[in-house]
Amino acid sequence: MSYPADFKYTKEHEWIKVEGNTATIGITTYAQDSLGDIVFVELPKVGAELAAGKTFGSVESVKAVSDLYAPASGTVTEVNPELATAPEKINKDAHSAWMLKMSLKNPGELNSLLSAADYEKFVAEEGGH
Amino acid sequence: MTPVETAPAIRKTALNAVHRQLGAKMVEFNGWDMPVEYPASIGCGIIAEHMAVRTGVGIFDVSHMGDIRLAGREALASVQHISMNDASRLAIGQAQYSALLYPQGTFVDDVIVHRLGDEEYLLVINAGTREKDFNWVRDNTRDFDCAVDNLSDDYTQIAIQGPKAIDLMCKLSQSPLRMEGTAGDSFSFRSISFPDVSALKFYWFTPGQIKTTNGGHKQNSEFMVARTGYTGEDGFEIYVPSDETTSARVWNEVLDVGKEFGAVPCGLGARNTLRLEAKLPLYGHEISDTINVWEARLDRFCKTEKPGFIGREALEKARAAGITRTLVGLEMVERGIARDGYRILNIDGREVGYVTSGSPAPFLKKNIALAYVPIEMGGNGTELLVEIRGQGIRAKIVPTPFYKKPKRT
Repeated sequence: MSYPADFKYTKEHEWIKVEGNTATIGITTYAQDSLGDIVFVELPKVGAELAAGKTFGSVESVKAVSDLYAPASGTVTEVNPELATAPEKINKDAHSAWMLKMSLKNPGELNSLLSAADYEKFVAEEGGH
Repeated sequence: MTPVETAPAIRKTALNAVHRQLGAKMVEFNGWDMPVEYPASIGCGIIAEHMAVRTGVGIFDVSHMGDIRLAGREALASVQHISMNDASRLAIGQAQYSALLYPQGTFVDDVIVHRLGDEEYLLVINAGTREKDFNWVRDNTRDFDCAVDNLSDDYTQIAIQGPKAIDLMCKLSQSPLRMEGTAGDSFSFRSISFPDVSALKFYWFTPGQIKTTNGGHKQNSEFMVARTGYTGEDGFEIYVPSDETTSARVWNEVLDVGKEFGAVPCGLGARNTLRLEAKLPLYGHEISDTINVWEARLDRFCKTEKPGFIGREALEKARAAGITRTLVGLEMVERGIARDGYRILNIDGREVGYVTSGSPAPFLKKNIALAYVPIEMGGNGTELLVEIRGQGIRAKIVPTPFYKKPKRT
């Protein structure tokens, strides 16, 4: 399992990729593997305000529901329309099946997130696979 | 003092190592370390496993199920006393769905009763209620001339389910399966012959033959192959000796032989979605010690015309008084997935019931649920709300079972 080095990660298994003032958010391959077949993703609308560490939506597999936590604060600028009809794209490639894009309110918040190496270590300890 | 059976901390079936080798995702289920699904890398995952059973064949380790044998002169009388279906209708080699009830007409557990011989019956019970069931059966059959034995740890139970299960079984019966024992096994050599099941009817069973050699000592025994299951499909459940060598050899052979029919290993995740589509009840969900037979809509398995069985009197009274709630099938109308325990609201937003089991239905491609609602609201087509994360999401009552296997010619 490889985690892109240019992403940052949360302990709740979201990833965030920053380009300029825009960030792209998704869930990690570890998260999709734990969830199993994903059948439903509930995301906020364009314009919604996200607060770092707070839930902004949910993802459901056949077995379970999981909340999504915002890795950083900001305003939603785009929601991936493909996930409404094809949520299984997250199972196929979690690191490219992005959920939403947002303009960051405080890019400094990202400093507290995990690097790829730290996240990999974190999931190895948490799940053992 | 009679020793009371208690459950150890965490239990493993004889196939635990095999599941781990296959890369199964393991979870604790009713005190058992069980596979919930197998990995996508071998063509699995809950949805793929579910679809394999609906269109081909899937293989499940269900060794966590329990087995209680009643044998003796009054075996039939004791089975009749403790279960709600009429076991006197069973021929040797035949099985029936039934349930053990408390005096108030609620459920100890649901069971499959197999008639093994003239005076011998086998109850197959749920994993989570093994000790409770055994203690209850023993305590309630004390007045009968009948021995009660807990054989739960003696069998590895493998379910082979799906429209192509019959093809797999026919191929399996073509040549005996041979295996050598290793250190620690009670045999040096063993050969297992699967029976011809092409004419076996649904809910009947037939023996296969086991020849065991240990040094110079030879022994012949039998094992059970039943045309039963918990998926809403045609299928079989086989009960072989629970030593690891035999269990792994049989499991691997079934998967190997099944390859040409698209067989995949299936976990508890698919087992649950399959039984839900077929509206087969699960203890602790649709049936429990606070739900009675009429509420659960299991009337056709409850023979109140049969002389006194535990729970009968209370059920007669409950029928005369009328029930207040009923089990219904729901289909989500709006986007959203109902889950176990979610509240059911009427259209005005008032709480009227709860979801017992809810999930996406992989074959039907709908979001479905079973729920208890007031009897007056239980008609097909009634619109209700399921409370999902604080919001009332529209659902409607639909006829059940949601899925019925197609008639095959």
